[in-house]
This record gives sequence, C-alpha cells and structure tokens, in this order.
Amino acid sequence: MSELLANIGFLQEGPFSVPRWEALFSNFGVLVDGALVTLLVASLGLALALALGTAIGVMSTSQWRVPRAFARGYVEFFQNTPLLIQVFMIYNALPIIYPRLFIPVIAIGIMGVGMYHGAYIAEVVRAGIQSIGRGQLEAAVSQGFSYVGAMRYIIIPQAMRVVLPPLTNQAVNLIKNTSVLAIIAGGDLMYAGDSFAGRFGHYGPTYIMVGLIYFLMCFPLAMLARRLEERTRAA
Amino acid sequence: MIKLVDVSKHFGSHEALKHVNLEVPTGQKLVIIGPSGSGKSTLIRCINMLEKPSSGQVIVDGVDLTALRAPVAKVRQQVAMVFQQFNLYPHKTVLENITLAPIVVCGVSRDEATESAYKYLDRVGLREKADKYPAQLSGGQQQRVAIARALNMHPKIMLFDEPTSALDPEMIQEVLEVIIDLAHGGITMVVVTHEMGFAKEAADRVIFLDDGLILEDGTPEHFFENPQHDRTKLFLSKILR
Repeated sequence: MSELLANIGFLQEGPFSVPRWEALFSNFGVLVDGALVTLLVASLGLALALALGTAIGVMSTSQWRVPRAFARGYVEFFQNTPLLIQVFMIYNALPIIYPRLFIPVIAIGIMGVGMYHGAYIAEVVRAGIQSIGRGQLEAAVSQGFSYVGAMRYIIIPQAMRVVLPPLTNQAVNLIKNTSVLAIIAGGDLMYAGDSFAGRFGHYGPTYIMVGLIYFLMCFPLAMLARRLEERTRAA
Repeated sequence: MIKLVDVSKHFGSHEALKHVNLEVPTGQKLVIIGPSGSGKSTLIRCINMLEKPSSGQVIVDGVDLTALRAPVAKVRQQVAMVFQQFNLYPHKTVLENITLAPIVVCGVSRDEATESAYKYLDRVGLREKADKYPAQLSGGQQQRVAIARALNMHPKIMLFDEPTSALDPEMIQEVLEVIIDLAHGGITMVVVTHEMGFAKEAADRVIFLDDGLILEDGTPEHFFENPQHDRTKLFLSKILR
C-alpha cells in the first residue's frame, strides 16, 4: 500500500511526469509545424498516387499486352518491396547516380508514398473497372469512342462509385506511411515529435500526442470510408 | 454498304463463323435468323468489329475494317448498334445518354445534339422521360431510348442484336413498332431476331444461319414458304406452330 502511494511520484518524475507534459505543451508549435509538413506530403502524395493509380489501373485492363505488362510489373514491384527501401533508394542511391541532382526531402516523401500507394490504388481501380459490365465498353466503342474516351466518359465514372471506399482506406494508409520521412529527417510530424522528444527525453507525452494527431487526421477518413461503403451497398 | 468476304471466327477450337460471304446493299433491311449458337450474334458483331474476324475481310461503307490501322472508330460512328441488354449508360440521364457521343465523339454542339435528341425521343414516344435515369424506366422504354441514342448518331447503318430478347412479352410490341417504323425509312438495317412476325413484315431479305454457315438467303416469302434445307424446315416447324 505504501509502495502504491509512493508511486504517486510519477506525477513529479518519470516518463509521464507533469513537467514533461508542460514542456510538450509549451513547445507545441513544433508538432504543429510537423503536422503541416505531413499534411502537405500526404495531400500531394495522394494526388500523385491517384494520378499514377488511375493511369496504371486503366493500363492493366487494356486490350494491349505491353501496357498490361508494364502495369503488372509496376504493381508487383511496389507492392512487394518495403516502402522504406524505395525511399532510401531515392534518398541515398539517386544522388550517387546523379550527383548534381538535388531533391528536397519533402519531394522524396511525396514521390515515395505517391508511387507506393499508386500501386495499391492501381489495383483498386483495376477491380473497379472490371466490376463494370462488358456491355458498357461495347456500347461506348460502338458509338465511336476510343478506348481511352470510353474509359473517361463511361467506365471510370461508374467505377468511381465502387472504388471510393477502398480508395479512402488507401488515403488513410498513405497518411500513416508519410511517417517514413522521419528516418530521412523529413521534418514531418513523426520527425518533429521524435527529435523534440529525444532532446530532453520527453518520449512519453510526445509519442502519445503525435499518435493522437495522426489519429485525428485518419479517423474522419476512416469514418467516411465506412459511410461510403454502406451507401454503395445500399445502392 | 456492308460486305463480308470469306469471314471466319474461332473462339478457341469452336468455329462460330465458317467462311461467310455476305453483301448488304444500301437501304436493305436484312434479318438474320438462326438457332442459338448458330453464329448470328458473332456475325452482326463482326460488322462493327466488336468481334474481330479470325480471317476474311469486313468492308463497311467502302472501308476495309480488317485492314491494319483501319479507322474503325470513325466508321463505327456511322454504324449504330442496339444491344440485347440495352447497355444504356446508367450514370447518365436519358437525354445525356442520347447526346453524349454526338457531342464528345462527333463534335456536334450541345444545342444541336439536344434538339435532335428530342426529335428522336418524340419518335420513340419518350420525350417526357428525358431527365430520368435508365434504372427508372421499364425494359421496353430503355430499349426505345437505346434506339434513340443510336439514331442521334445519324448512322448510315443500324445493327440490332436481338433487340427484344431480354424484354418481358408485353413490352416486345412497343419496341418492334419503333423498329418497323424505322424500316420504312431509307437506312440500311441488319437485325438479329427471333421475331418471325417482324421478319415477315419488315425484312427485304432473310438469311438463316446454322452452325456458322448461311443456309438460306432470300426474300421472307422464300424463307418462310419455300425453305431449301431440312435444317431450316425443322427450325421453322419448331418456331411456327
């Protein structure tokens, strides 16, 4: 009993002590800056992933072999190697190959998560396109639409409805995966939190807060995904 | 207008069409009849290259569609198709279904496409459904919209691939009436159908297809009253009773 009472001391000292929380809150701007970088990388990365994913998803349903093979190769490469290696490749290997080339760390983050999630989104898009009946493509091309035109005006708008829930899940994963930037000093939320925590050992409160901020970014999207899924099922 | 020269089509080891030769002059109303699996759908789909023939030539409006780099999409604008399952665009309204390809593919102005769309909606009796979505229409109404969509391309040729086979019996007549009305005009028509009444009333010419071969080729009178092959007689005895 006395031991338990003695442990109230965790408020004065230890990993979660009040002074550590105070230090965190008086430096909260550090986390805000990091969160802004994370949002920037996530939104541009998502734009890149959507563009790549749509293009490669369409290629993988093409009637021609070459784009299909390219799409297959892209998807398998990015899905079956760790994101971390891809980011390290851009960060470490590219400057050796092209010494003159300078890529800002944030751009590396955007490219990294964009290309990685582009592969997953390509698979989502492919499944969406294949869920639309063959007759739609036939009707479109019989009216003189090109393959790309048929995709743009007829197939993809219909596939979009099917694809929206899994796409939202991909956005959630993409936000979380921007945290690999921390390893290459990317200035993102994870990096900002970790470097602040490491300076004075304020790991406990900082990691909790960083996790909470990620949660606040992702949870609304996850809810949206669920809502969309229910709507798709109802339709 | 349409010319098939020695056209064959295989699906794996199955031969759907066997060296078919067929010429359809401008303005002719050709009806293709045959048991299921006879290759009649494959034949009509070869005309607009929805099926690519394994060998032979398909020449439409003077253009060899089987040639390398043939302008297939260009020719398809002139060859409208009406499908068994309608294949309307479910995410578009009736009006959008009818105007989309003229605007996007043919470059017609929106006003012009809309004006002619209403003209054809009147013709199929569905002007008041212009703002509905396909799912809000009955099967017969959907097929009439599909016909209006085809007409708004101002095609030289219309292909009908079993246009009434997916319809409930009470809706077949409303669709057939529209097609018969069209048959009185000058357009070239190819119709795959099981509706013998339609063939008698609207066709200039009937061909009977069996097992990938054209067995009969002549006027409706010839086909119904004086068929040459036992296979045709057997088919007719089953269908006409």
